[in-house]
Amino acid sequence: MSDRAIIVNEISKAYRLGVINRNTLHDEVRYWWHKMRGRDPRHYMSKVDAVGKEKSQTDESGSRFWALRDISFEVPEGEVIGIIGKNGAGKSTLLKILTHVTEPTSGQAILNGRVASLLEVGTGFHPELTGRENIYLNGSILGMKKTEISRKFDEIVEFAEMGQFIDTPVKRYSSGMYVRLAFAVAAHLEPEILLVDEVLAVGDAEFQKKCLGKMKEVSGQGRTILFVSHNMTAISNLCQRVLLIDRGRLEADGMADKIIAQYLNRNLTKGAVASVGEIEEKMEGVIKRNSPYVRYLEISLKDDNGQYRNSFNSTEDITVSIDFECLKAVKGLNIFVLVVNENSDLIMSTYNVDDKYITDNYNNLKPGAYTCSCKLPKNTFNSKTYYLTVHLVVLKTEHLFVEKILEFNVEFNGYNSDFRGSDSSYIRPKINWMMKPISGKNDG
Amino acid sequence: MKHQTIIKANQKWLHIPWRELWDYRDLLVNLVLRDLTAIYKQSILGPLWFIIAPLSTTIVFTVVFGNVAKISTDGLPPFLFYMSSMVLWNYFQGCLNGVSGSLISNVGIMGKVYFPRLIVPLSLTIGNLAQFILNFCMFIIFYLYFYCFSSAEIKPSWWILALPFLIMHCAAVGLGVGLWLSAMTVKYRDLKFALPFLSQLWMYATPVVYPSSIVPEKWKWLLFINPMAGIVEFNRFAFMGVGTFNTGILIAGLLSGIFFLLSGLLVFNKIQRTFIDTI
Repeated sequence: MSDRAIIVNEISKAYRLGVINRNTLHDEVRYWWHKMRGRDPRHYMSKVDAVGKEKSQTDESGSRFWALRDISFEVPEGEVIGIIGKNGAGKSTLLKILTHVTEPTSGQAILNGRVASLLEVGTGFHPELTGRENIYLNGSILGMKKTEISRKFDEIVEFAEMGQFIDTPVKRYSSGMYVRLAFAVAAHLEPEILLVDEVLAVGDAEFQKKCLGKMKEVSGQGRTILFVSHNMTAISNLCQRVLLIDRGRLEADGMADKIIAQYLNRNLTKGAVASVGEIEEKMEGVIKRNSPYVRYLEISLKDDNGQYRNSFNSTEDITVSIDFECLKAVKGLNIFVLVVNENSDLIMSTYNVDDKYITDNYNNLKPGAYTCSCKLPKNTFNSKTYYLTVHLVVLKTEHLFVEKILEFNVEFNGYNSDFRGSDSSYIRPKINWMMKPISGKNDG
Repeated sequence: MKHQTIIKANQKWLHIPWRELWDYRDLLVNLVLRDLTAIYKQSILGPLWFIIAPLSTTIVFTVVFGNVAKISTDGLPPFLFYMSSMVLWNYFQGCLNGVSGSLISNVGIMGKVYFPRLIVPLSLTIGNLAQFILNFCMFIIFYLYFYCFSSAEIKPSWWILALPFLIMHCAAVGLGVGLWLSAMTVKYRDLKFALPFLSQLWMYATPVVYPSSIVPEKWKWLLFINPMAGIVEFNRFAFMGVGTFNTGILIAGLLSGIFFLLSGLLVFNKIQRTFIDTI
């Protein structure tokens, strides 16, 4: 039997909400004042509500929110395991508990081996200190011994490609150098268990690639990795096994491809029309306010005849309509229409403010219902399944994200010939081609 | 043997991870070095500020309390009188200010990485100690000068040998009260704003700018419950032979020091485990 690197046993985590949060003495005094007068103080307190959280996760009194409930799993040594789930499902909380940053409310976890996390690099860098001093400081924050850092020092400097700057204060570094140095320290930690939260990992695409590369390398050395991500492509590339967390509970645990498919399919609305209810169900990571500015009414796909459809020929225009209601006067409403693939990778995007007529005439919207539509031109898509993501953004105020609200299929027909190709590209626009003989090079 | 981490809920109050603290001793050293080297970087006088700050406070005190207000100094040269209490009080205050912010000003790191949280307050106490030693050397230089060249009666006693314990006691009180404050500040931010005011009040309740001999009989009990009073007075007595010093104050001070340190450790230890959720 191979050894188990991570054993998680019925871990639960509750956060306190509302009345319990008496953050200032002022609140405390008010609390006791109302209590003394025999009233229920909860009615008089400013509440921190479970904004956008599931009702099912709060207990009867409404004062506790269960971010995680009875999570149990085991990870054998050397396995790369992915954790997926919607925003707010509890993935990051689980990682915080495993990295020991906070404590569970109940339950226990055992980690066999040295743990390191790539939650955020450069933690604890001091801007006034030199690169050299920061390597020692950061290394020891991450749990390395001084002798260990000294041994790897040259390697770290070389990896970060910064030989001559090593005695310069890091505040003079470019952001790229800063991230390189920080990552170099974290990469040389040589943990037996690596915890990675992709959502929190900062840095540009280049850095994220380096992160993933390092993870591949580490997993090749037989180390255990726990990887939290929204990037299904990365998850399915790296992980053999995936855990799906939903509303604080472990929903599924199994082979990566199977669980990812289960997760993606559940998230879909079938058909060409998404109703208010379906849209609101899908909104996640949304800033919900007590008095919102806009709300969705309907999102739909139509053909040129105004018929609702969700499968098209590549020679047809696809009209995306977004019906919404302004509950107040709204200034500067941006509507994003994004086409993504099944892994949520962005294929194309278009914005209502690309259109001068809209910016000139509809910058200030009076309360009322509106419909806004855009036509995805024919001769654009290949033979694929596409997904529609819509964002309504009231600048600096409200962001209503609806991911993959509708699915549509396109059948590529060929433009002039019957050639369909076997390529896997998502976009296959009609491109002007030309061919002719080169004059003077042809004899006769 | 393989490293094993066990994470579980509701660990005991008294569970203070001593072994872990020892494992992280290199972090302690690096944090102390960071605080000492980073603080006066990009300043012209650099580490000289460690000396200039207390020196100028002493001069201000000498002018304001000695020359203008003419508060008694028990026959000692005012400058030496104030400096003897200033160096200790500064150390205490440095610990108090630093330690009380050790949780909330490090949320960024503590929200991402685990290390024994106690390392931070400990590093601040030790970092301030280095500063204190520098200041104390300065005091010794002035002390020797006044001892040799001034007509005032300065009577050192064998109690000088107890100095290390005095400093440890001072550190314990500063650390202990600071730990209390850092734990409470997580919940009540008010304390952050009240701290400068409270510590100033405490200074005036401690015989820093006046000798305890001028404290009226009915307020003398205050000196007993205030551990800093005993520390400041003891230092004056040991070096210069003045001040009310008796075993009562010594024992009361020692007990309160132990009380503050132990209770502070427990409260801090309780709060630090989940403070990231509250903040």
